[in-house]
Amino acid sequence: MRGRIFVTGIGIISAIGKNAGETLESLRNSRSGVGPITQLDTIYKAELPVAEVRLSNKELAEMTGVAEYQLTTRTTLLGLIAARETARHAGLDPSEKQFLTGIVSATTIGGMDKTEINFKNFEKGWPYNHFIFTHDCSDSTEKIADYLGIRDYLTTISTACSSSANAVIHGAQLIRHGIVDRVLAGGTDPLSKFTLNGFHALLILDKNPCKPFDRDRMGLNLGEGAAYLVLESERSASGKKVLCELKGYGNANDAYHQTGSSPEGLGPYLSMKEALEMSGLGPKAIDYINAHGTGTDNNDLAEGIAIEKIFAPHIPPVSSTKPLTGHTLGAAGAVEAVISIMALTQGMVFPNLNFRTRIPELSFEPVKELTETKKVRNVMSNSFGFGGNDSTLIFSAC
Amino acid sequence: MEAFIRGIGNISPQYTYNNAFFLEEVVPHHSIRMLSREPDYKEYIKPIQLRRMSRVLKMGVTAAGICLRDANVETPDAIITATGLGMMEDSEKFLTSMIDKGERLLNPTSFIQSTHNTVGAYIAVMLKCNKYNFTYVHNFLSFESALTDAFMRLEERPSERILVGGIEGIAEIYFQITGSAGFWKKEPVESLKLLQYDSPGTIAGEGVAFFLLTKRPDPGNYALIRDVRTIYKPGGPKDIQEKIDHFLDKNKLDVRDIDLVLLGLNGDVEHDRIYHWLQENCFQQNSQAYFKHLCGEHYVASSFALWMAAKVLKYQRIPQAILLKDNRTPGKPIRNTLIYNQNKNITHSLMLVSSC
Repeated sequence: MRGRIFVTGIGIISAIGKNAGETLESLRNSRSGVGPITQLDTIYKAELPVAEVRLSNKELAEMTGVAEYQLTTRTTLLGLIAARETARHAGLDPSEKQFLTGIVSATTIGGMDKTEINFKNFEKGWPYNHFIFTHDCSDSTEKIADYLGIRDYLTTISTACSSSANAVIHGAQLIRHGIVDRVLAGGTDPLSKFTLNGFHALLILDKNPCKPFDRDRMGLNLGEGAAYLVLESERSASGKKVLCELKGYGNANDAYHQTGSSPEGLGPYLSMKEALEMSGLGPKAIDYINAHGTGTDNNDLAEGIAIEKIFAPHIPPVSSTKPLTGHTLGAAGAVEAVISIMALTQGMVFPNLNFRTRIPELSFEPVKELTETKKVRNVMSNSFGFGGNDSTLIFSAC
Repeated sequence: MEAFIRGIGNISPQYTYNNAFFLEEVVPHHSIRMLSREPDYKEYIKPIQLRRMSRVLKMGVTAAGICLRDANVETPDAIITATGLGMMEDSEKFLTSMIDKGERLLNPTSFIQSTHNTVGAYIAVMLKCNKYNFTYVHNFLSFESALTDAFMRLEERPSERILVGGIEGIAEIYFQITGSAGFWKKEPVESLKLLQYDSPGTIAGEGVAFFLLTKRPDPGNYALIRDVRTIYKPGGPKDIQEKIDHFLDKNKLDVRDIDLVLLGLNGDVEHDRIYHWLQENCFQQNSQAYFKHLCGEHYVASSFALWMAAKVLKYQRIPQAILLKDNRTPGKPIRNTLIYNQNKNITHSLMLVSSC
């Protein structure tokens, strides 16, 4: 390995808090953000619970100082809030000449939240056709870059629900290869009718709060949010307060089906294995797994089988925090990376809410109670997505 | 950071899907958009699958297949795709039915296939390729990001063979909407005279270009990609010129060493100003060529330019249809080509491609 990658800042906004402090409080108290829809204009308001950021676009814009909130996507607004918190936390100043700074951001829907509202009106001209320009996935990335003054390297990743875990991987690669010294990496995705209806048509949305790793699980709850990390090289992190180290990562493809996991969880197994190999840690060194754990029939079984294949008989504490945050899609990898880092820095293992009965095919149950322990040294975070895209990150205490 | 191009698969508005040819015949388009000349997909995709696939998905999977055959590689060690708009046709389909049917009784197929990584994922399933699979979606820099990623992997794993592709397809509604917003010219144009219209807007294009990249020298290699760089919101043309000089300098070259510059001119009177300045102040000594009159303007048009550079270097021939200015010394081999592409002075990219 060419040099270590350090995390010097985190920032997050989701249904369980509009910053890292609020998020930690919610995690500590198992306060779920899942509830009825209040922001999205859909016929499923009374039927499908989601994990919303309960703030209007206007309120989000006021938090960031964006004047023209009607012309800005929710994707960008959520992204700006989390990115600004992350940059401040890390003391990131992109104008410092001695270091090159990049941004790698992820999103699955780009500006779809505005497109779906204005789609039939685009040809009427201004202001409707403004949202042609905000539709691209790169729009939020460039807005965040401009807001923070990041210019040296920009890119955007979209690999469905593993998108922002992959943004962290790519950010680390850019540092390891000397293309930049530090990277703001993460992702942002708002709730949209497009994704709500898509997942509903796939029959994988639970009409009640989701129950990952439960025998009677009925599907997932969608969520929204944004989260970022500042990754730095040893040189640029020198003298700074370091939160943890990104010690390993892996990406593999299940190559089985566009939406379903292979029965044996081959992709998840390969991504976890690759991340472990890179970290140089044995399976026994992992103290907590923040699982992808969506609550769908297919995912939790395949992920569980893959975890057993790597860790049995010493399966570390496993939990999915999606009953708290919902499934934040393109932001999920980064949201859960931030939660994993909180587990490390706070010495806590967060419970998997709503669990009652073990999956008969699996030998383990997820964590049921909040556990405070000094022994959280290495945390694994899984993110799997459509197209069989599977990614694993490993964060370690320094 | 460099890699050889071992195989190519290119589907574009020209007859590029057959690797035996190189623009011997040029297809003129009389329109404001240029659609691909598509091969017979049945050779690459089962008919039962074809029915459910959008046009861009068919083009993507087939171009990847052509590329792998060309390189004589069965399964690559990584699949890295780039697309600005992704699967827009499927997004439009799902969005339209969601609105028209009032969110009821929707078919999930177009939703499933609307994710940006659909082509990469489809190839993985077809080839049973469990390896690294990434998709970059940063407008005009998407393809350059994918190349950068591939180069980094090849540095770490020099024995790997990586499939990298740029994917863009024209979708009907998006094309109409962007037209009403002034992206395209108002009247149909003769594509081969694209630079002669003194008007705003350009011609819409599409295409898929896949490349098999390797570190291994081989007589079958097309060319060597020596470096790639992206630039975001530079100062003025002078700043761009400095960055080009720096890019060449880093690769131990001077602008005089470039035998052919491939420029992303698209016929939009505003857009092309930066190119004109560079043509006169930076590349005045060089032979110059362009490519968007053959592929149209789209987010990964630079992947078409890379195809062109690779073919020029392999065959040591510059087709007349692309030449803007011929400054070659007779008999001197074509060693180095530079691709420069930009959009509205926001995103710029450079690729340095040399003979093997």
